[in-house]
Amino acid sequence: MDFGDTPEEASFRQEARAWLSANVPSKEELEGLDEVQRAKLWQMRKYEAGWACIRWPREYGGRGASAMEQVIWNQEESSFRTPASVFAIGQGMAAPTMMAWATEEQKRRYLPPLASGEHVWCQLFSEPAGGSDLAALRTRAEKDGDEWVVNGQKIWTSGAHFSDYAILVVRTDPEVPKHKGLTYFFVDMKSPGIETKPIRQISGESNFNEVYFTDVRIPDDHRLGAVGQGWQVAITTLMNERLAIGGGGGLGFRQVFELAQRLSIDGRPAIKDRSVRARLADWYAQESGLRFQGYRAMSALSRGEIPGPENSIGKYVGASKTQDMASFAIDLLEMSGVVSDPELSSHSGIFQYAFMGAPGLRIAGGTDEIMLNILAERVLGMPQDVRVDKGIPFSQVPTGAS
Amino acid sequence: MNFEFSDEQNLLREQAAGFLADKCPPGAARAVLEGDASFDAQLFKGIADMGWTAATIPEKHGGLGLSYLELCVIAEELGRVVAPVPFSSSVYLATEALLLAGTDAQRRAWLPKLAAGAAIGTFALTESAGQPSPDRLATSCDNGSLTGTKLPVADGDIADFAVVVAKCDSGDGASLCLAPLDADGVTRTAVATLDPTRSHARIDFDHAAAEPLGAEGEGWELTRRILDRAAVLFAWEQVGGANAALEQAKEYAMGRYAFGRPIAGFQAIKHKLANMFVKNTLARSNCYYGAWALSTDASELPLAAATARVSAIQAYYFASKENIQTHGGMGFTWEFDCQFHYRRAKLLSVNIGSERTWQDRLISAVEAGQAT
Repeated sequence: MDFGDTPEEASFRQEARAWLSANVPSKEELEGLDEVQRAKLWQMRKYEAGWACIRWPREYGGRGASAMEQVIWNQEESSFRTPASVFAIGQGMAAPTMMAWATEEQKRRYLPPLASGEHVWCQLFSEPAGGSDLAALRTRAEKDGDEWVVNGQKIWTSGAHFSDYAILVVRTDPEVPKHKGLTYFFVDMKSPGIETKPIRQISGESNFNEVYFTDVRIPDDHRLGAVGQGWQVAITTLMNERLAIGGGGGLGFRQVFELAQRLSIDGRPAIKDRSVRARLADWYAQESGLRFQGYRAMSALSRGEIPGPENSIGKYVGASKTQDMASFAIDLLEMSGVVSDPELSSHSGIFQYAFMGAPGLRIAGGTDEIMLNILAERVLGMPQDVRVDKGIPFSQVPTGAS
Repeated sequence: MNFEFSDEQNLLREQAAGFLADKCPPGAARAVLEGDASFDAQLFKGIADMGWTAATIPEKHGGLGLSYLELCVIAEELGRVVAPVPFSSSVYLATEALLLAGTDAQRRAWLPKLAAGAAIGTFALTESAGQPSPDRLATSCDNGSLTGTKLPVADGDIADFAVVVAKCDSGDGASLCLAPLDADGVTRTAVATLDPTRSHARIDFDHAAAEPLGAEGEGWELTRRILDRAAVLFAWEQVGGANAALEQAKEYAMGRYAFGRPIAGFQAIKHKLANMFVKNTLARSNCYYGAWALSTDASELPLAAATARVSAIQAYYFASKENIQTHGGMGFTWEFDCQFHYRRAKLLSVNIGSERTWQDRLISAVEAGQAT
């Protein structure tokens, strides 16, 4: 076991760090740009220098780097202040699905603009009637010559309003049991008949959208996998979703630790309070456990194994940790903890921001409860729940709406 | 970077698991729980014959000179089977104390015997209720004469010698000394504890013979270093036990039917066991970090040890109590084996400092700048 760099890894790290030091955009460069423009500027700069999506093969816009090099790159990039990415869904979920299921020609056409940041992709899976029970989705696609005609509604779509393409699961046959009647496509978001409406969250922000489909026509060659194989293709995406969402949320141990060093309790630094230390230690241990679990997953990747469902723990543990840390930090601030104005609030309001965003983290990409089901069923091998819709044609499954 | 054990280390794990499945079935811990013996002497002899007690002792002192990674593998397997042997006292604590602070003569006197399992050593710190500290020590060791009471001492009734933490008026407030336990002036009394599968004793020293171990007035710092190292190894035992408790719960839930189906199909049970898996996985990953820090003598060992220890304490406690809960009333009966993990988990959660103590040490290590 060796947690240090080999000479090759050390030299890769040095190369990455040197490039980053010279090329991370300055404040002045980013001035006046919106979030998407900033993200695209940074992504294109990385792409042109061969530092975008480095694990991907070169012919698809990557660098052909190893899993370990990816870890090193992530560590180095995260030590700089870089524009937030808007490419997580495209690069982290759509791309692995394309690599597994698309034709060679499609991969060469669609993957390089994903790596360069020219194209942003979003994910059209969830529906008002199909959240945790994703396979119960109802958006219909009917074949018309070489095209499919799509009608229905998707929801919780991050970034739909600035996306160029989307991955999409629809129902192509309602007369077979629900998992068997699904088909997977990718779709041009500028297609006529697609309408996007923002959803306002409890945080006041709008990161998500509703997306309506009215007679949207999709060419049959935009299908991934066979007709009726959509669920199987979606599983590829979903496993990567859990990796892509990870434990993030912008709040880490270090920020709460530093807050506890600055504030006081009973006239002493809060960090000297035993109850504060105990809570912080638990979060440190969780973060550390996730970090080293990640390294173990990467070790598995580098041996050619695909990350298994045990990676669900990152998103499950990380989401509650963020929520609890944000809540704890607000408690440490006492009454002033309610102030969320970034100008007036401690740490520019990050704790209040994280507090209001955390409920979404526990739901997006599979709720806590779904994560636990996945761990119990796919890792521990425990039986699935009794399913009253099993084996029944989808059109005859009872719904609350009908 | 490589975050896995080597093929050789995994082979050792297979051998260890096979040996323990044969020599330490569930009945072994029960025999010690219900019988008069303080430990399973035959199992301990077998363990010594396998070379495990000799693992990290240098070859010149009769050991195998293996790395600490091998010892971590062994610790996990011993924890899994709740082994009723004095391995941890002898290997993680007494051997480490000698390797860290012993003179050449002391090492030559004891290490070959420890390696061969011919002698058992232990570490005697606690005297009274509450967190130990130098100013709360009453035991004294002056001019080779040791006086005081240690309670409880793991394996104190069966050990051949103890490394005793005594008060000291200079330095950091404590000194270590090495005391043979068959000497005049030593009285040992077995005490009942939560986990009778690991024996504990009260030891009264009345002007008993002892020799200094390490420099005078450096005993508290040495104790910290010994416990940091032992914490990683105990954490591996805890992770082994926590995973065994999860497996026990799962096996029962898969076979137990209620309302016409296995209880393993109910989300209340699935989520409970999935949460065990999450805690066990986090603890195990932190133990990798600890194993690496221990085996390379890394400067961040205090942070790695505390991190592994905190998460392992939490994982084993949770798994052991929820294992009983999953078994329902049967898990609470004497006949069922759930009690072994419940007992051992609580013992291991306080034996070298409680969860609170290690949480505090973890944050101290972060304050000292060890976190990256």
